[in-house]
Amino acid sequence: MSRIKKSIFTNVDWPVVGMYLLLVLMGWLNIYATLYNEDHTSLFDFSQRHGKQLMWIGISIVVALVIALVDSRLFETFAYVFYGIGMFFLIAVLVGGNEIKGARSWFVIGGVSFQPSETAKYVTALAVAYYLSRPGVKIGNIKPKLIMFLMIALPGILIALQPDPGSTLVYLAFIFVLYREGMSGNIMIVGLVMVMLFIVTLFAKQSSVMMPFVDVEMNGKYVLISFLVLITGGLYLLLKNLNKNIWKAFAVGLLIMVGTVLSVDYVFDNIFKDRHRNRVNELVGIISDPRGTGYNQHQSKIAIGSGGFWGKGYLDGTQTKYNFVPEQSTDFIYCTVGEEWGFIGSSFVIITFLTLIGRLIFLAERQRSKFSRVYGYSVASILFVHFMINIGMTIGLAPVIGIPLPFFSYGGTSLLSFSILLFTFVKLDSDRKHLLS
Amino acid sequence: MDKFENRKFVIYGIMVLIGLIFIGRLFYIQVIDDSYKLSAENQALVHTTLYPSRGVIYDRNGEVIVYNQASYDLMVIPKQVDKDLDTLKFCGVLGISKDDFIKKMEKCRRYSRYRASAFEKQITDENWVSISGKLFQYPGFFGQKRTLRKYALPVAAQVLGFVGEASRDNINKDAFYRPGDYLGISGLETWYEKNLRGKRGVKVYKRDVHNRIMGSYREGKLDTLPVAGENLVSTLDLYLQEYGEKLMANKRGSIVAIEPESGEILALVSSPNYDPNMLVGRARSKNYSALASNDSLNPLFNRAINAVYRPGSIFKLVQGLIGLQTHVINLNTRILCKRSIIKCHGTHTNDNLFGAIQHSCNPYFREVYRRLIQGGEFSNIYDDSRYGLGVWRDYVTSFGLGVRLPTDISGVSKGFVPDVAFYNKWYGDGGWAFSTIYSNSIGEGEMGVTPLQMANLAAILGNRGYYYTPHFIKSIGDKGPREEYLKRNYTHIDSSYFYVVIDALAAVVNETGGTARRARMDSIIICGKTGTVQNPTTPDHSVFMAFAPKDNPKIAIAVYVEEAGFGGTWAAPISSLMIEKYLTGEIKRPAKEQRILDANFLIPVKKSNESH
Repeated sequence: MSRIKKSIFTNVDWPVVGMYLLLVLMGWLNIYATLYNEDHTSLFDFSQRHGKQLMWIGISIVVALVIALVDSRLFETFAYVFYGIGMFFLIAVLVGGNEIKGARSWFVIGGVSFQPSETAKYVTALAVAYYLSRPGVKIGNIKPKLIMFLMIALPGILIALQPDPGSTLVYLAFIFVLYREGMSGNIMIVGLVMVMLFIVTLFAKQSSVMMPFVDVEMNGKYVLISFLVLITGGLYLLLKNLNKNIWKAFAVGLLIMVGTVLSVDYVFDNIFKDRHRNRVNELVGIISDPRGTGYNQHQSKIAIGSGGFWGKGYLDGTQTKYNFVPEQSTDFIYCTVGEEWGFIGSSFVIITFLTLIGRLIFLAERQRSKFSRVYGYSVASILFVHFMINIGMTIGLAPVIGIPLPFFSYGGTSLLSFSILLFTFVKLDSDRKHLLS
Repeated sequence: MDKFENRKFVIYGIMVLIGLIFIGRLFYIQVIDDSYKLSAENQALVHTTLYPSRGVIYDRNGEVIVYNQASYDLMVIPKQVDKDLDTLKFCGVLGISKDDFIKKMEKCRRYSRYRASAFEKQITDENWVSISGKLFQYPGFFGQKRTLRKYALPVAAQVLGFVGEASRDNINKDAFYRPGDYLGISGLETWYEKNLRGKRGVKVYKRDVHNRIMGSYREGKLDTLPVAGENLVSTLDLYLQEYGEKLMANKRGSIVAIEPESGEILALVSSPNYDPNMLVGRARSKNYSALASNDSLNPLFNRAINAVYRPGSIFKLVQGLIGLQTHVINLNTRILCKRSIIKCHGTHTNDNLFGAIQHSCNPYFREVYRRLIQGGEFSNIYDDSRYGLGVWRDYVTSFGLGVRLPTDISGVSKGFVPDVAFYNKWYGDGGWAFSTIYSNSIGEGEMGVTPLQMANLAAILGNRGYYYTPHFIKSIGDKGPREEYLKRNYTHIDSSYFYVVIDALAAVVNETGGTARRARMDSIIICGKTGTVQNPTTPDHSVFMAFAPKDNPKIAIAVYVEEAGFGGTWAAPISSLMIEKYLTGEIKRPAKEQRILDANFLIPVKKSNESH
């Protein structure tokens, strides 16, 4: 490789930068729209959220340029250091953070607030990438599995303690990364089955069935368990001749399934808070209370649904202004898109996000350095999980979980950390020819 | 290069799947399912109705008869009302009782807690001034501007009709109406409802989650201004109408005055009547039930178009004309006054048509009628009468009798002219002949005519053979003359036959000994005929029909005064005064006027022997 003096923009993947700018711009336009009223029309009013967001966009671009200037090996070298600092802040915020809305998630220093959980995703991604790229680390072995689990679970648990269960969920994103790096795919299937069983159990335990012959009323969840045992047993009897050891798989599977069903009560009653229970119940339709527990999601659906095919037109929304939808500029920013830009605009945002994420995976695959590849997958997966949960929540397909839509939602720390997350990978990608492992 | 690289396809697959699910879901809630759009409108938009002002009605000279005054409905959104509202103080402001307050509030709450409904309706401008000043202390209450009818003079109530709130029935029948809308309930107000009502406007406001108004929606693109109702130009002469009502005070009866050359109704009085202002605003329903049920004089009843009287002697004119047209008589035909079958009065013995009209000879017209009904077409008198009655009836109905005149007001009666089917039903087919029905000959028997038809008959005589449909509205807005009222309706009588009748009518009023001398004027030749509707126990109805001047008549009139006696005594002078008022603009015969004004026929009287 010739060390010709090159511009920092050489080899930068412009489609990614372009889509980033597009999303940031759309986000800003929609923040402006949610706050727009005839009294505050100035675009650059820094007392208003759209003004502040504009400032943060500027800062993010500056930081992106700084990242472009530093040596890309720095991220690899200092991965654990960053991780350590990140974890320190997560602990510090639990001790000395400001409690806002019942959660210790923020440091507020002189008017500027900082949310350590936003940066924790970044440092965890760096650390995971660094660990997996060490020679000799094979994900199939038990020790790396354990280390990986701890590395990802630590920030997750610390954030859960704030408590901010929504942000904890984001760490599930690493399942995609680990899967790509060779972890068994069964874990995803098991996860999916567990979620489905969880929901089925919620319904099943509502009802009870009169058993025939014996005069016993049996709770639905035991009926469900009986069915699971019968089906698993039946399948085993059918398939046992194929493989002698197949009974092990069936046994583990049955154990996990029955365990899930039995754990529903415990998780629901002891881990979930009231509002979490309500949100889940509301989502699956066990309760319906559009004025109470289901208010946010109901209003969100009204806003998006009322947009129609073409939308009501920019700044002509009615639901996303005037406080019908709570958290309009942050977690429910997508409502504004839905209402004012309609099906066309909302689909466009979804396609843009998926194109960006797809592009990131494509870029990740072309890395020669394993560090860069794992990191790239981490970025793509984190963005995807945010995207999936946030939009799923606004259109009533996921429970209400308060996490931002990347690049879109109002919030300085959030925008800055996603920008750093993304541009670190853009930097790694632009230097891919120099980074080998 | 890496054995797990193909797993990227699984990851791509998951992402595309999620993307498709999301887009599908969006398509469902945004494009297919309309319920969200509805919810959004309901919660974020406020539709405010802007009520149009109702069309104004002018008289024939451009004087305003009916116009509008501002009024206010006090609206309430129950949800926004202060929990600890000082009810007593608030009731004091409105002038209602606490029980009223609770009842009204409950009603509004039942309608909707979140939407405005009328708490108190039709508060007049004067009252509103004092209420609106204090309203700011009571959140949830606000005023909605409406309009109420106001009348320049307290006259023509039954013609104009009144305006009330749309009933459930009105709303179901016509999608135009919504609860709280006003519509015409009787008279011209209801006949011309579609012209008068105008079009509601709407103003759409955005509101926030706390129900605060946040400005107009989409810069008012969906807003519409109310369109005021069309004004109507009436044919009435407001001051003639007023004068007629003044003359008819303390009497039961009616006056109908028509301009013969156009069919325009100059005045239509039905007495007793009521002050139209009684049926406006908050007092309307109370006053209405008082007028409808508690008043034995039934002032809501429009006698002029709806009361059917036997036409009496006046009908002899029609008989004479039909006789001339069918050649059963000519101008020189004389008929002996044989008083054995039908009685008569006066000293005449063998009159021709002119004399018979002048003397109102009963045997003369009985004979004319016999020749019409039983003219010898068939040898069998029953067949002959059946045939004759049909022919006769065709002539009679061509005078607008026995048919519903298409006048622009509801409740116009047809009157009654008997036909073959009627008598067949009564006596059986072949059970009747001329001798059974001869009372019709002198306007008694089964004949029935309304005052409107009688005035129209006067117009026909004045026009020498045709009439225009009598009507009240000559122009909608400033569109000018109306096609449907420009058509001449010809009787089946040649105009040349009218002259003798008209000369006779002039003689009745102007010659010494004429029955209607009291109608005479020095300056104008009035042509008229008295009629007397006989009542079994009470005094007769006094009737007079006239037109003036004799040539190119400008006014045709019919006057009915119930239970007042002979036609020439009361109805004739009233007609004369009306004619004088209309044609000269002032009354130069104060004594004659005073006599009428002093007369009171509402006190029940026993039948006297004065007759004809």
